[in-house]
Amino acid sequence: MQLTVWTYEGPPHVGAMRVATAMEGVHYVLHAPQGDTYADLLFTMIERRGKRPPVTYTTFQARDLGKDTAQLFQSAARDAFERFQPQAMLVGASCTAELIQDDPAGLVEAMRLPVPVVALELPSYQRKENWGAAETLYQLVRTLADREAKPAPRDGRRPLANLLGPTALGFRHRDDIVEITRLLGTLGVDVNVVAPLGASPADLKRLGAADFNICLYPEIADTTCRWLEKSFGQKTVRTIPIGHGATLDFIAEVAALAGVDAAAALDTSRLPWWSRSVDSTYLTAKRVFIFGDATHTVAAARVARDELGFEVVGLGCYNREFAREIRDAAKLYGLEPLITDDYLAVEEAIQALQPELVLGTQMERHIAKRLRIPCAVISAPVHVQDFPARYSPQMGFEGANVLFDTWVHPLVMGLEEHLLTMFRDDFEFSDSAGASHLGHGSAALPDRQPIADAAPDAMPAAPSHIIEVAPAGWSADAEKELLKIPFFVRGKARRNTERYATEQGIAAITLDTLYEAKAHYAR
Amino acid sequence: MNAPVSAATLGCDAAPAIRGEVLRERGQREVFCGLTGIIWLHRKVQDAFFLVVGSRTCAHLLQSAAGVMVFAEPRFGTAIIEERDLAGMADCNEELDRVVDRLLARRPDIKLLFLVGSCPSEVIKLDLSRAAARLSVKHAGATKVLNYSGSGIETTFTEGEDACLAALVPVLRDAAPGAAPELMIVGALPDVVEDQFLRLFAQLGITTVRCLPARRAADMPPVGTNTRFLLAQPFLGETARCLEDRGAVRLDAMFPFGAEGTTSWLHAAAVAFGIDEMHFRSVIAPGRERAKRAIEHCRERLGGKSIFFMPDSQLEVPLARFLTQELGMVPIEVGTPYLHRRNLAQDLALLPAATVISEGQDVDRQLDRVRAAKPDLTVCGLGLANPLEAEGLTTKWAIELVFSPVHGFDQAGDLAELFARPLRRRDVLKV
Repeated sequence: MQLTVWTYEGPPHVGAMRVATAMEGVHYVLHAPQGDTYADLLFTMIERRGKRPPVTYTTFQARDLGKDTAQLFQSAARDAFERFQPQAMLVGASCTAELIQDDPAGLVEAMRLPVPVVALELPSYQRKENWGAAETLYQLVRTLADREAKPAPRDGRRPLANLLGPTALGFRHRDDIVEITRLLGTLGVDVNVVAPLGASPADLKRLGAADFNICLYPEIADTTCRWLEKSFGQKTVRTIPIGHGATLDFIAEVAALAGVDAAAALDTSRLPWWSRSVDSTYLTAKRVFIFGDATHTVAAARVARDELGFEVVGLGCYNREFAREIRDAAKLYGLEPLITDDYLAVEEAIQALQPELVLGTQMERHIAKRLRIPCAVISAPVHVQDFPARYSPQMGFEGANVLFDTWVHPLVMGLEEHLLTMFRDDFEFSDSAGASHLGHGSAALPDRQPIADAAPDAMPAAPSHIIEVAPAGWSADAEKELLKIPFFVRGKARRNTERYATEQGIAAITLDTLYEAKAHYAR
Repeated sequence: MNAPVSAATLGCDAAPAIRGEVLRERGQREVFCGLTGIIWLHRKVQDAFFLVVGSRTCAHLLQSAAGVMVFAEPRFGTAIIEERDLAGMADCNEELDRVVDRLLARRPDIKLLFLVGSCPSEVIKLDLSRAAARLSVKHAGATKVLNYSGSGIETTFTEGEDACLAALVPVLRDAAPGAAPELMIVGALPDVVEDQFLRLFAQLGITTVRCLPARRAADMPPVGTNTRFLLAQPFLGETARCLEDRGAVRLDAMFPFGAEGTTSWLHAAAVAFGIDEMHFRSVIAPGRERAKRAIEHCRERLGGKSIFFMPDSQLEVPLARFLTQELGMVPIEVGTPYLHRRNLAQDLALLPAATVISEGQDVDRQLDRVRAAKPDLTVCGLGLANPLEAEGLTTKWAIELVFSPVHGFDQAGDLAELFARPLRRRDVLKV
């Protein structure tokens, strides 16, 4: 058993729901107890969908267990088919139904429904949400793709690509598709099918007609792309076009595969100039910690270092299936990758590193808030504010513009930083006024605040956590001097001073130690 | 049609539910499981910890329901059952003991630990009651360990609180023999509401009033034949039965929503404790008058409007009574996950004869009825609210009624406003 408060991913049947909800004409019959319908809220509230997810839950209760839950499943499947008339059905079990072993596949096969039915085997006690989505897409494609479908001869027609991976509840999937479709259009490449988002079973049937596939979100589409490579001989574009450089690489890869001129795609990214303009100088070597799903973190690390001039000091992902990608990327930055689904381990890493910016998920947003470090969100899981009304892709040239604004916004602007240092004792710039970018009424927290240890299982048996652990060695005047340092670099100053003291074997930290350390670590 | 509903059209013996005409349906139910009760229970009992023994789905539900609370040092968590536990490679009981030992070693402030059963733990027949007994002995003197089930196969939404409080009843200490009668308020209420009620009872002259649950584990009330209890919530059938088993006497009343409901509820206690009628009236007069004044401005907006309740929390019947009797709304169908007739008798009697009372749910069939009736306001869960709004129906999401202070005289205006606001918003938006 694993003690958990927060989980980065839901169970695998939620991944299956994300695929079913993304598509048109598909209905998912889920063998599940009463209460599992909570997952509907993720789609209707967080993503603000105006339709119920196409999922029928058998909602068995205790009194059904003695009787025939299999019967219940069959009648739920029959009712769902009659009411919704789907072109294809998915059937499967949630974690509880997996334990009662009713075999939805056999049950529904016996019903002889007149549409394709895909039975999902999603091991709830081993796997998670992304895997469930990937497996569902793969099984649907395997079942529905027409094996005879082939690209038409290229007599002057524009090349065709499939865009694979976007789902319901995907982080910015809606706008990424728009951006990439537009980019491909300027290159002279047309989109054959986008799947699963917006696709019908009939669309999946036509997958083979494309010249090649674009794997937009490997977490969801990688298995499917590999199968399509094997079965249809379609090649796969694997560059993830997040960031300015990655978008150029993506264009080059597409152009080579499609046999079109890469120059046709106009570079409309403002990121390079925004990043080179003098206002951005203060961003140089800002220490950034990056965590999320592997695809978004690997892409973010490249943008952070090569396009904004940050120093990447931490890199990790929560989805073990993509550990290799993270390990390879971490080598580029000389880092030890953090591969964990335990948010307390992430919190500890952030606390130990004291970065100046955290790029992560909804959870890192909260960790950063608690540690008073600026933060921007780059990956699911996300909350309702990251399903915005405005156009805000992560991919392509517009995506690069969005990334620049989103990541720089939480940092104190260069001029403000300068003023804060100049007038650190000024009443309006004092600690208690907080920082302007945190909004009004964001009075600063006390300098030290114990950290909640929510799930003790994962905590070391060390003394309880304090944001800035003060060894007994700080003299009163050194402590006082430390308080004069602006709050957003104070954590780093404390950490550097203590590390310096430890290295030098200094037991008592004095004013001199503080400034010796400052000189030692001067950039 | 803004006239208040006259007494003649209300209730009487002709009310359908009293005659036993209840629409019972089975099929897909769009409801929460009892685990959701943890979200407000852990805020109420300050030194209790709720450990769910379940799957990743359970943890995911709690996180989705708790929203931002997950980050404020919550006193709940999930021991996620893993492959090893199911394959018999690890002994579930040993694993559970290990998790609990570590939890309590790190959190010595926890005085009461609930092991909360879930669908997976019930299906694999993990005996959490024995585990609780075993761990109680092990941690005796420091932490009491209890068990209840919040699983979806056993409980719906607020029934999780019922199961939790029912688990507390057997361990309440005995009232002293021959002790004077005491009043017990049963049901977790927001502190501000609880304090208002305690003040009113003190003014009435009822000397000893206690709450179940209390705010701390050590302060749980005693129980015995001298206990008279008022249910503050309609979903506490099992808790009531357990209290009666220990000799306590339930006071029959409407539930304390609005001016009339709160008056009836307070009056039941006043009668039981022999409080003079004139004194009772003078004590409650200011609050009752404030409540009536506070709901008056909503009456204009809500009077004559039709309302349809999808089942959610069992608060549907008393709320429909409040909206009908005090605001002049017209209930079309009042759906509830479970209908406890005895506890709801007084509220049921005041619903119009034409109202359909439904118990249980087949969600698609019920949605067909909603679309056919085109109610002015539909009370439903968050899984249905936006889809119904997209179809042009105005909704009030039900969970808010459980999470907001709505009981008593001084919340009557807020309660009416919860229903009036979606209609006002519908009218102000020009997009």
